[in-house]
Amino acid sequence: MSGGWERVIPAFRSVCGEDGVSLGEAVREQHGRDESVHRCRPPDVVVWPRSVEEVSALAKICHHHHLPIIPFGTGTGLEGGVGALKGGVCFSLRNMDRVLDLHQEDFDVSVEPGVTRKGLNSYLRDTGLWFPVDPGADASLCGMAATSASGTNAVRYGTMRENVLNLEVVLADGSIIHTAGRGRRPRKTSAGYNLTNLFVGSEGTLGVITKTTLRLYGVPEAMVSAVCTFPSVQAAVDSTVQVLQTGVPIARIEFLDDVMIDACNRFNLLSYPVAPTLFLEFHGTEKSLEEQVTVTEEITQANGGSDFSWARDAETRGRLWKARHDAWYAALALRPGCKAYSTDVCVPLSRLPQIIVETKEDLMLNRLTGPIAGHVGDGNFHCIMVMDPNDQDEVIRVHEFTERLARRALALDGTCTGEHGVGLGKRALLREEMGPLAIEVMQGLKTTLDPKNLMNPGKVL
Amino acid sequence: ENTKIRVKPDHSGVVTDGVKHSMNPFCEIAVEEAVKLKEKKLIKEVVAVSCGPTQVTETIRTALAMGCDRGIHVEVSGKDYEAMGPLQISKIFAALAKKEEASLIILGKQAIDDDCNQTGQMTAALLDWPQGTFASEVTIDGEKVKVVREIDGGLETIKISMPAVLTADLRLNTPRYATLPNIMKAKKKKIANMKPADLGVDMVSRVEVLRVDEPPTRLAGVKVETVDDLVAKLRANGTI
Repeated sequence: MSGGWERVIPAFRSVCGEDGVSLGEAVREQHGRDESVHRCRPPDVVVWPRSVEEVSALAKICHHHHLPIIPFGTGTGLEGGVGALKGGVCFSLRNMDRVLDLHQEDFDVSVEPGVTRKGLNSYLRDTGLWFPVDPGADASLCGMAATSASGTNAVRYGTMRENVLNLEVVLADGSIIHTAGRGRRPRKTSAGYNLTNLFVGSEGTLGVITKTTLRLYGVPEAMVSAVCTFPSVQAAVDSTVQVLQTGVPIARIEFLDDVMIDACNRFNLLSYPVAPTLFLEFHGTEKSLEEQVTVTEEITQANGGSDFSWARDAETRGRLWKARHDAWYAALALRPGCKAYSTDVCVPLSRLPQIIVETKEDLMLNRLTGPIAGHVGDGNFHCIMVMDPNDQDEVIRVHEFTERLARRALALDGTCTGEHGVGLGKRALLREEMGPLAIEVMQGLKTTLDPKNLMNPGKVL
Repeated sequence: ENTKIRVKPDHSGVVTDGVKHSMNPFCEIAVEEAVKLKEKKLIKEVVAVSCGPTQVTETIRTALAMGCDRGIHVEVSGKDYEAMGPLQISKIFAALAKKEEASLIILGKQAIDDDCNQTGQMTAALLDWPQGTFASEVTIDGEKVKVVREIDGGLETIKISMPAVLTADLRLNTPRYATLPNIMKAKKKKIANMKPADLGVDMVSRVEVLRVDEPPTRLAGVKVETVDDLVAKLRANGTI
């Protein structure tokens, strides 16, 4: 580590205490990687602020000394967003872990970055309220805001974009702003520029999110899940489109292709038919569930779908969904010793059959292992690319495949990233997706908010 | 959310003021099992009981929202509450069981703050009732209850006559979340209020807490270059 740090490190310690700063190699490495395939890029130092005032003070020091700032929540991202490409200071926010200001009757709550989604729902369990956005991992809620996370029940409850009411953000120069005004939490607003949604999805490149105010929902009175097999991908996706067109407020509609089902069968010792499959979940009152299920079954049967396998109570539903939740591990188990990378394209619903069929052809032609699991209700699907990191040829074939897939999605009016974010690996694709003028506007905003380019450099743009 | 546990400055106990309290997880499982039995029409009524200061009524309301029919709040506060332990609670439960003519008492196997794992067993002993503890499966069969218990060696199945005491272990069920409509309905359900004295129970404790301390802070490790260095250091600090 070069000189200059001798002045900065003591300054950091005077802000967050002796224990709040670490130069340890293992600690830095832990904060230089997430759950993506991108290699570890450790920061020069990790700090643990305990309050927004400490975050601001630390940012001022970094701003003065031109040090990159990398915010870190739970490190569960999938696009290499926490890698410190230019070194710098990792702001690990896990010690700011309070649930603040729960307003039950208004269905809102504010949380600090150390609060995870499961942590919040556990806190809320006596209130009859929950926060339904579920990206799989037990991620930091502020981190989910930073990456505009989504999940399996976005089709009913929306993504982070629809569910963040306000953010407290520390900018690169240490200024603290409230994107919707301090403490404000109306359910809707038309006041001024939508700063809240500017920061949602900014992946740490515009500021450090230190508090998020979230929209809560009532816990459903009852839930019922079902599995249905189809003779073709087209039939499964047609059913999805028709269910949504009928207005069934379906909570989850997940697609698994035959390769994925086969992997799940092997991994969990199940015996689902090896064919395109939909996993469905319905939320509502007992009466409304009956109606939703009846309408849905009529549609799936009209498309050649099998009889439903059912689950009502929590334990059986858990077992049914375990197959879908373990998809990642089931894919990895197909080829032990390999790594996995998840693609994340999203297209308009009507384009889904075409893109999935073309993608499966591409996989077979190029001898790639890529079982497919997707949130078809949103037109979003993931190919879990299983590859041997030591097989250079395969690594290249996978990389080229993912580029082709992203461009296929763009050609069909879609996006290269439905929910994982741009991070490190999709910056070029973002330019293709947005076009040069929109990118210029984004760059302008970045330059205004972070003229020294200290906030998570090398990501998104 | 991680609540940091802090010891009071006078080392008499742990700070509980201002700390969010919620139903003990094993008791949630117990409530869920009772409500399930009622839904299967195997029992007629579920009464949720809690002992403590006014705030415990919130926990009773959660139990009512999960499906219990009515609640009983046995009011214990101040010094009595600080000294309250499994023995006092089991005396209260035993007295209530007789008063209410209960056929089953279901509780969590232990509270996660004190980890005593005694209340169920003591209650059964005071009532001279059979007990099915660490239950991971409960089946009512006429006047008997079949209980599959989690034990160190695996699973043990026993059959006991009612009235009986059961304590819930982790795998017994997955508790339901209280939903808003049920929370609203629960506001109309009755919670009776009484004191231990009303049940003829004296709260005197035979246990005195002398001191509560935090565990010692973990010291940084020391790296050594060779095995000989390691052995020398371990000898020097008296470990070997």
